[in-house]
Amino acid sequence: MIRLSDFRPRARPGLLPPTAAGEPWLMTVIAVLCFLACLTAVAASAADRAAHGWARRLGAEATVQVRPRVGETGDTAAARAAETLAGVDGVEEAAALDRKAAEDLVRPWLGDAVLPDLPLPHLVAVRLNPDAPAGAATLSRALAEAGLDATVDDHSLWRGEVERSAALITALAGAGFLAVAFAAAAAIAYATRAGLAAGRGVIETLSLNGATDGRIAWLFQRRFALIAAGAGAIGAGAAALILAFLRFLGGSGGLTQALPVAWSDLLLLSPCPLLAATVALLAARFAAMRVLASGRGEA
Amino acid sequence: MPSPSASAAVSSAVTETVRLSGVGFGYAGAPDVLRDVNLILPRGSFHFLTGPSGAGKSSLLRLLTLADRPIKGTIRLFGTDVTRIQRRNIPAFRRRMGVVFQDFRLLDHLSAFENVALPLRLAGQERARYAADVEEMLRWVGLGDRLSAPPPTLSGGEKQRLAIARAVITRPGLIVADEPTGSVDAAMADKLLRLFQSLNRLGATVLIASHDQALAERSGARVLRLNDGRLSETGRAAA
Repeated sequence: MIRLSDFRPRARPGLLPPTAAGEPWLMTVIAVLCFLACLTAVAASAADRAAHGWARRLGAEATVQVRPRVGETGDTAAARAAETLAGVDGVEEAAALDRKAAEDLVRPWLGDAVLPDLPLPHLVAVRLNPDAPAGAATLSRALAEAGLDATVDDHSLWRGEVERSAALITALAGAGFLAVAFAAAAAIAYATRAGLAAGRGVIETLSLNGATDGRIAWLFQRRFALIAAGAGAIGAGAAALILAFLRFLGGSGGLTQALPVAWSDLLLLSPCPLLAATVALLAARFAAMRVLASGRGEA
Repeated sequence: MPSPSASAAVSSAVTETVRLSGVGFGYAGAPDVLRDVNLILPRGSFHFLTGPSGAGKSSLLRLLTLADRPIKGTIRLFGTDVTRIQRRNIPAFRRRMGVVFQDFRLLDHLSAFENVALPLRLAGQERARYAADVEEMLRWVGLGDRLSAPPPTLSGGEKQRLAIARAVITRPGLIVADEPTGSVDAAMADKLLRLFQSLNRLGATVLIASHDQALAERSGARVLRLNDGRLSETGRAAA
């Protein structure tokens, strides 16, 4: 007789008991760790983007300090220097800064009180061609040939500091990310060992019915990988919500200039469930095989 | 052409399911549990293993199921020396034997059907291939109407029969049972005994460890006695 149930797909139940004690807590811990890892990754990306933006802007500009010769005013010397530099290959624009513009540069540090009495240098701001910028030596040579006493600052010192700082921040964020991943792996390994200890009877039964160590380990691997994938999705989802909120508040410039969060940063979070599952697979495999090989899961 | 000794070895492999030679076993810091045990279980034989508590019956069964290793002597299963068998090779031997535990060792989260199907599932068989066999086996042990029942809902006797069904579903060459009648009444014990005898008639080598001397005598099987770690054969029990 044909029964309706014959046509119904029958999913085979798992060989491990459905839920072990402590697994909801493990999922919570992994979700929090994934959340922190996601924030760390996005912070690293944003800091790196900010630093490179600053370095790029610094690299596209140079500042020239002009010292007037005898019988020549500072403004005249600066205007002559700007005219000379404007004709150099690799320079897009050169403009002498008047006293007001120079005062604006130092006002944030010195305030208004001392500015009228302060002897300010005569400066020329040079905007370089970003594709083929003129070097400091080229600019200096052009100024010397024009009979100008001037010093060229191509910001290389400051740009190097910014780039070093960016590399350090990225490295620190990467280390933080690895530390979080290691903490997740340790939590999963601990949970696997606890699961093996709690499921000793089941393991014994599976083993005596012909299951290989690899098969038993795989049961734990699959379970913890699914838990970690779910926790990773929750952690990444929570991080995405917070970052989207910050991006929404901060606009296109990000929340601050030092941490410009972009919509594209949210894509960084997408591999989180897969990475968490991979870490869980490896950690559970390592822990399970160690326990099984030591005979503690054996009959 | 094989040498006489090689022929003897092949013959031995074919006719002996189990051979223990000078086997000793014990735990560190404690007196030996088994001492100089010599045992041959010919293929298709039926033996009872009796002895007082602590005599070493369970230890002997653990050696046979490769759960422990002897500290002395050699063990051959199905003609192969398994004394120092590597862990990765153990499952292949366990798939050739059926083990019935005194405490059943059933998986409570699986149905009766899934418990019996466990060895087949672990061997990689598809459900469609074994479903009919498992249902038939459950009917054979009188549990045909309890296919979907989880073990906690079964009586002691039903659990015991379920454990036996799981042990024999792969038609193993060796069946090892530890106190299989320990938790059932005399009528059920006789029923289970007849079950083992049927399996033995189908070709399986059967070794039953039991306190139940009367059952051993009723079985008509050879009776081995373990006393203080030493094994002796007391002869064939009266049928």
